[in-house]
Amino acid sequence: MSDTEERVKKIVVEHLGVEADKVTMDASFIDDLGADSLDIVELVMAFEEEFGVEIPDDAAEKITTVGDAVKYIEEHKG
Amino acid sequence: MRRVVVTGLGLVTPLGGDVETTWNNLIAGKSGAGQITRFDTSDQKCTIACEVKPADHEYGFDPDKRVDFKIRRQVDPFIVYGIDAAGQALEDAGLLDMDEETKLRAGCSIGSGIGGLPGIESESLVLANKGPGRVSPHFVHGRLINLISGQVSIKYGLMGPNHAVVTACSTGAHSIGDAARMIKDGDADIMLAGGAESTICPIGIAGFAQAKALNCSSNDAPEKASRPYDKGRDGFVMGEGAGVVVLEEYEHAKARGATIYAEVVGYGLSGDAYHVTAPHPEGKGAENAMRMAFKKAGLGEGDIDYVNAHGTSTMADTIELAAVKRVLGDDLGGASMSSTKSAIGHLLGGAGAVEAIFCILAIRDQIVPPTLNLDDPDEGTEGVDLVPKVAKKREVKAVLNNSFGFGGTNASLIMKAVD
Repeated sequence: MSDTEERVKKIVVEHLGVEADKVTMDASFIDDLGADSLDIVELVMAFEEEFGVEIPDDAAEKITTVGDAVKYIEEHKG
Repeated sequence: MRRVVVTGLGLVTPLGGDVETTWNNLIAGKSGAGQITRFDTSDQKCTIACEVKPADHEYGFDPDKRVDFKIRRQVDPFIVYGIDAAGQALEDAGLLDMDEETKLRAGCSIGSGIGGLPGIESESLVLANKGPGRVSPHFVHGRLINLISGQVSIKYGLMGPNHAVVTACSTGAHSIGDAARMIKDGDADIMLAGGAESTICPIGIAGFAQAKALNCSSNDAPEKASRPYDKGRDGFVMGEGAGVVVLEEYEHAKARGATIYAEVVGYGLSGDAYHVTAPHPEGKGAENAMRMAFKKAGLGEGDIDYVNAHGTSTMADTIELAAVKRVLGDDLGGASMSSTKSAIGHLLGGAGAVEAIFCILAIRDQIVPPTLNLDDPDEGTEGVDLVPKVAKKREVKAVLNNSFGFGGTNASLIMKAVD
């Protein structure tokens, strides 16, 4: 597991209160992890803080799975 | 005429995370006061409060029991306390498994005096320090006063009236009184009613201290700070928590064989029309609220056995006592009167509901809780049983509960045992 993946998963567990083993790369925030649209806004904010990246609204809308988040962060972090 | 009875109770207080723990500690004469642990108080005038204790404390509150982890992260503590107390009340009433038809006629009236002050404070700092893009998307609905009623209705599927009173320290009593009327009017058969508060945060303590309402002279003796009706009283001690009751239409409760604690027979409301924080010096508003409640209850002055006073441990105590005397008689018609704020502090919007539950438990157990720290009773208290320091066994059939709030808003509830 990459460092980014590990940190993303930790944030998801902390924010959504889900079991760590459910937070797989292809897990959908809404369908599999019980998040609603506001939870995703909060997660995106937490990712921005953690990794020092800017995730604009149009990019955030395309992040629907844990893997999407990891991929975006890997590609954009400094 | 539809009658309204109480069939379930729920409490989160500085003396316990449930009804029985709180009540046992209250009757034992314990105090919930201590140094504030939530934040650094070194620059505050007041450093003490009656905090709800953590889960690992002897009489702590475990938020894991009834409130989902995700919701706890998003909302202010007053909502967590309210959801839990509402859940306790539903469990106590045996109403966890209602059918759809019953849920359509079951509602919520759970208010708060101030709402999510700690969250408003902390998110304002986020706004100032990190900018608007870091403000939580849960900021608004995690702080709003009506979100106890909202969250509880979602959790338990209650589709009847969804209401939230905001009348400062009268909130809890108004919530119960208004909800009882909704049942009387036929809008609902079941109402969860009560109030919650949690404002033990830097701006909450500072704000009340600046308004000269808080005790700022007993930081070294927190358990002695709340002393209603004592000559040495010097302001209230802030408490926190929630109280919620299940109100139910009498025939509905009887038909399902529910345990009936008491009947809500009188409700009076009034405005002082005088000052934003100080009560009318002659207590006219308080008197009017009590008289209205009496008229509705159809009781005589000698019929009240216990008065749970608003008694905040401020100058206003004397004004309340004079008003109660005018309504009940110089000896209160034989009633005992105590202020449980001496033990749990002032729960502000939660106070009226928590204290209504203490009144109901006084009826159940035929014992009245004490007024702690009554070492040197003030002038005007002669001949009145203020239940100093020790709980008292006595007959309790009918009770009066007073609540008065900033803005000059008054509420009185009368409840009595059902034969």
